Formats: sequence, structure tokens, C-alpha cells
Amino acid sequence: MATVDHAAHPPVAHQSSRVDARTLGMFLFIASEIMLFGSFFTIYFFVRVAAGTPWPTPPNQLPVFVAGMNTIILVTSSFTMHWALQSIKRGNRSGLKAGLVLTFLLGLTFLLTQILEYSRIGFTPHTDAFGSVFFGLTGLHGAHVFVGLTLLAAATIRAFRGHYSEEHHHGVEIPGIYWHFVDVMWIVVYTTVYIL
Amino acid sequence: MPNPLRSEGEAFRFLLGAVVYFAAIAIAGVINEWAGLVVFIVLTAVVVAWWWRAQKREPRPIEALAVPPGPGDERRILVIANETVGGAPLLERISELASDANARVLVVTPALNSPLRHLASDEDAARAAAQDRLDRSLAALATNGVHARGQVGDGDPLQAIEDALRTFGADEIVISTHPEGRSNWLEHGVVENARERFAVPIHHVVVDLSAESG
Repeated sequence: MATVDHAAHPPVAHQSSRVDARTLGMFLFIASEIMLFGSFFTIYFFVRVAAGTPWPTPPNQLPVFVAGMNTIILVTSSFTMHWALQSIKRGNRSGLKAGLVLTFLLGLTFLLTQILEYSRIGFTPHTDAFGSVFFGLTGLHGAHVFVGLTLLAAATIRAFRGHYSEEHHHGVEIPGIYWHFVDVMWIVVYTTVYIL
Repeated sequence: MPNPLRSEGEAFRFLLGAVVYFAAIAIAGVINEWAGLVVFIVLTAVVVAWWWRAQKREPRPIEALAVPPGPGDERRILVIANETVGGAPLLERISELASDANARVLVVTPALNSPLRHLASDEDAARAAAQDRLDRSLAALATNGVHARGQVGDGDPLQAIEDALRTFGADEIVISTHPEGRSNWLEHGVVENARERFAVPIHHVVVDLSAESG
């Protein structure tokens, strides 16, 4: 009978003992994201500062209050995300599950509110340059929230299936970093597009 | 300094910082445009100054790494050297320390690399160069009657020592560098940091390659 040599395996890959490959991947990904958002912000500053377009162009109004509430919802979701990870680090599985579910629901609320806001806002991407930039920036961010929600959904399902432990929780840590990054980008978008 | 991409905890703290930063600018900007600009400049200057100081701050002392004892009366000598690995003073010192019949020698050459290549894990060329230097050094040691083992280590000499200590252990460590003023390792305090960090006797050998070739 043929036997399987369980000791046989490919040689251990050489990698730096200081830069984890997964962390490096996240670093490169976020670097590319910063460049992507940077290009959209360049258009924003060109339209608003260089071209001197009134912001928002009359008679359009931006729903500052609703977006402010949405900002609070998104920032709160970062707290619940942090709680989820801290919980599993202490071996608290209930805290992990509750934190992930709450984060997902808060993120979903943010996205649905933004879609509702789009339907009532009174202008479209092809109204003028202001409309294009507004929908471009907020839509780009919304797409990122959607990706974040997908990652959170996967992490939540895995948590309910008994994955993750005090030692092994990289599957929560990486979506967590991404989620906080998405929140930081929203803070920048909200401040520049809605407030200033 | 904190790296917001390294862990979720640091990303969370970065988010809190961003909330405070942008909230202050927004509040001041709503009150008065110029006040917003002033707050932006002041806060940005504070952040840059803090970042600059964090970069300059001395690293915290590291707890001395316990080195496991070797079997019986065996004497383990760990040698860390890179470009100076084939230098005559180093070969002489190793021969002198390894004159004991029970001595075992491990030579580690850190794979020195550029920061960009290191970040991209592009270490093949650096490892090949280090391996080449190591082979020549081991051959020279063999000529002097010292039978040593060798391995290529991490680009950071302290990390390379730590890695070797975990597998080889050591009763003595020999660190070889260029002379003062030409040695990057001395500039970064590698010998002092190693003495602080590793609880074994550390010998420092200076090899002046230009004097040897001249």
C-alpha cells in the first residue's frame, strides 16, 4: 500500500522577520487607495479652488445634518469593530460576534442612508461639475463601504461558525484595519465636501 | 512610532486622531474661514513635530535575551560580519577563540539590503551576495584550521544575532565592523545595543579593508 510522507513539504519561504506578508499586502493596498482618493480630491480642489465653482452651486443644498448623523453612525461602527477584536483577544466569543454584527448593521445603515440621500438630493452627476465631483467622491467612498461590508459579512459568518481564537484572529484584524481606513476617508470627505 | 497599518488597534487610534484633527478644523472653519486655516496650520505643525520627535526618539531598552546553555564543556562562538567577513583581523580572532578543541563556530552574514527592496521582500540578490562572502570566509577559516558553519541572516544585524541565538545559542559573540567613521553598524550603535540586549560576552573586531588591500 502506498504511504504518504507527511513530513514532505516545500521549503519554508524566505521572508523578512519584521514585515508580515499580509501586513505588507494591506500596506500596498491602502497606498493604492490613497492615490485613488487623491486623484478624486485633486479634481475636487481644481473645481472648487482653481475654477472657483460655488460650492454647492445654487440652488443646490447639501444634506449636512443627515450626513453628520451618518458620520456618527460610521465612527460608532469603528468603536464596535475595535470592541469585537478586543473581545476575541480576551477569548470573549460573544463579544466578537456582537461586535461584528453591530459593525455590519451600522455600516449597512450608513450605506442605505447614503443611497436614500442620493435619491432625494435634487441633482445628478451630470448636472454640473459640482454634481460630478460630489457623486464621484461620495460614490467612491460608498463603494469602499460596500467592500468593507463584504469583508465584515465574511468575518461575521466565520465567527458564528466558530472560527478565530485568542491567538488566531487575523481574519478580524485585517477587515478591522480596512474598516478604520474607510472611516478615516469618510471623515476627510465629509469635512471637505459637506462642511468647509 | 505608531504605524496605523500594522494593527487594528493602531488603525483605531489613527481614526480617533483624524476625528479630532478634522473636527477642530471644521469647527474653526465654520466660525471663520481664516480661523479654520490657522487651526489647520497649527494642528498640522503639531502633528509633523510629534512625528519628527517620534522618529528621533531613542528606542526603548530591550529586555536581555536569555541564551540557552550548550551541552557539557562545548564552547559556542557566534560571529556576525558582513563586508568584513574575510578580513585578516577577524580570521585571526576567530582562530584564537576557536583554538579550544570543544569550540563550535557559526558565522552569520546579514543580507544587507536597501530599505525599498527589504520592504518589497526582494532579498534574493542581497542573500546571494552575503552567501558569496560567507563561502569565501569559511574557506579562509578552513585554511587556518577552523571548521565553522555558516548561514545568511536577516539584514538587521541585531535580528540576525537574535535568530542565530535561538537556534545555535552562543557562549561568545564576535561582531566585526569597519573602522569608526566608515561603519554603518557603529553609527547605529549595533555593538552597544547588542551588549545591552544579549547576556553573553561580546567581542568587537575592527577590520580595515582599505589598509589590508593597500
